[in-house]
Amino acid sequence: MSGNVGIVIVSHSADVARGTALMVEQMVGREVPLGWCGGDPGGGLGTSVEAIMKAIEQAWSESGVAILVDLGGAETNSEMAIEMLPEERRDRVVVCNAPVVEGAVMAATEAASGATLEAVRRTAEELTPV
Amino acid sequence: MMIDYRIRKTLIEAVARRVIASADELTDLDRAIGDGDHGINMRRGFEAVLATVDELSAKNLGESLKGVGTTLVMKVGGASGPLYGTLFMSLGKSLADEVSCEQAADAFATAIEAVKVRGKSDVGQKTMLDVLFPLLGVLREGGADMTARLRATAKAAAEDTIPMRAIRGRASFLGERSIGHMDPGARSCALIVDAVADVMEGLA
Repeated sequence: MSGNVGIVIVSHSADVARGTALMVEQMVGREVPLGWCGGDPGGGLGTSVEAIMKAIEQAWSESGVAILVDLGGAETNSEMAIEMLPEERRDRVVVCNAPVVEGAVMAATEAASGATLEAVRRTAEELTPV
Repeated sequence: MMIDYRIRKTLIEAVARRVIASADELTDLDRAIGDGDHGINMRRGFEAVLATVDELSAKNLGESLKGVGTTLVMKVGGASGPLYGTLFMSLGKSLADEVSCEQAADAFATAIEAVKVRGKSDVGQKTMLDVLFPLLGVLREGGADMTARLRATAKAAAEDTIPMRAIRGRASFLGERSIGHMDPGARSCALIVDAVADVMEGLA
């Protein structure tokens, strides 16, 4: 494994996704590969499998990629996008069960320390009430 | 029966046109208990299907169905993209051009399981599964008038989602308030079945 784990932000809104990405960059810096997307294939509110696949490509790291999502469709579409990746990449991408903004910042902070994908996911998911 | 190029194309066109024509109705249902985009999303997906119908139906039935599924995954946008995409892709994996009633039932059973996994959902939770599952029963029974029974079962099953309480998807945020509205995904499923039934009856 080499490089920090990448972070992908998937929101129904491009504005939310971009804003979250800006917060991550400002708080964590640019040493974590970052991808984001928001909006459906028609430009409205929603998510797009194609855009998620591109964001994963943009944030790709051999150490893996953690995805943060907002609402239901973002999760379903992210899981679909992971299944459509080349086989050797599928096991190295996870969707975190965490709030999108806080989760992205926490996950990126952990990733910046060189943590494993599992540790990054765990840190983000600590924010989720059990 | 043999599903040849002409039937594949007729089926895909009929389903796409029905969904596109019903977009406003689906969006109205979704506005009541979801985020109001089901019709818009499904219309975008099936417009993309319709635009490539010649190419899609030129392949064998399995590849045609997989092609429809992939198009929906890429173009629909909401959670219904992966859900309908999974349904069609799974059917495509199981079916050859020559389809018996038993093979259709087996393929449908496998596809329902795939949709359950994709949506982390099950029957009785006010989703498209509440239409798909009763249809499997009709396919398993076989016998005469099957097309008419599939159509009637789908319509009734969609209506049966009205008193259900949603526990998956956006509608689940509403809790008790989701009761009293038909599930938009169940309705779109019933519309698709109705369009397929029209084609099958035209062939008979």
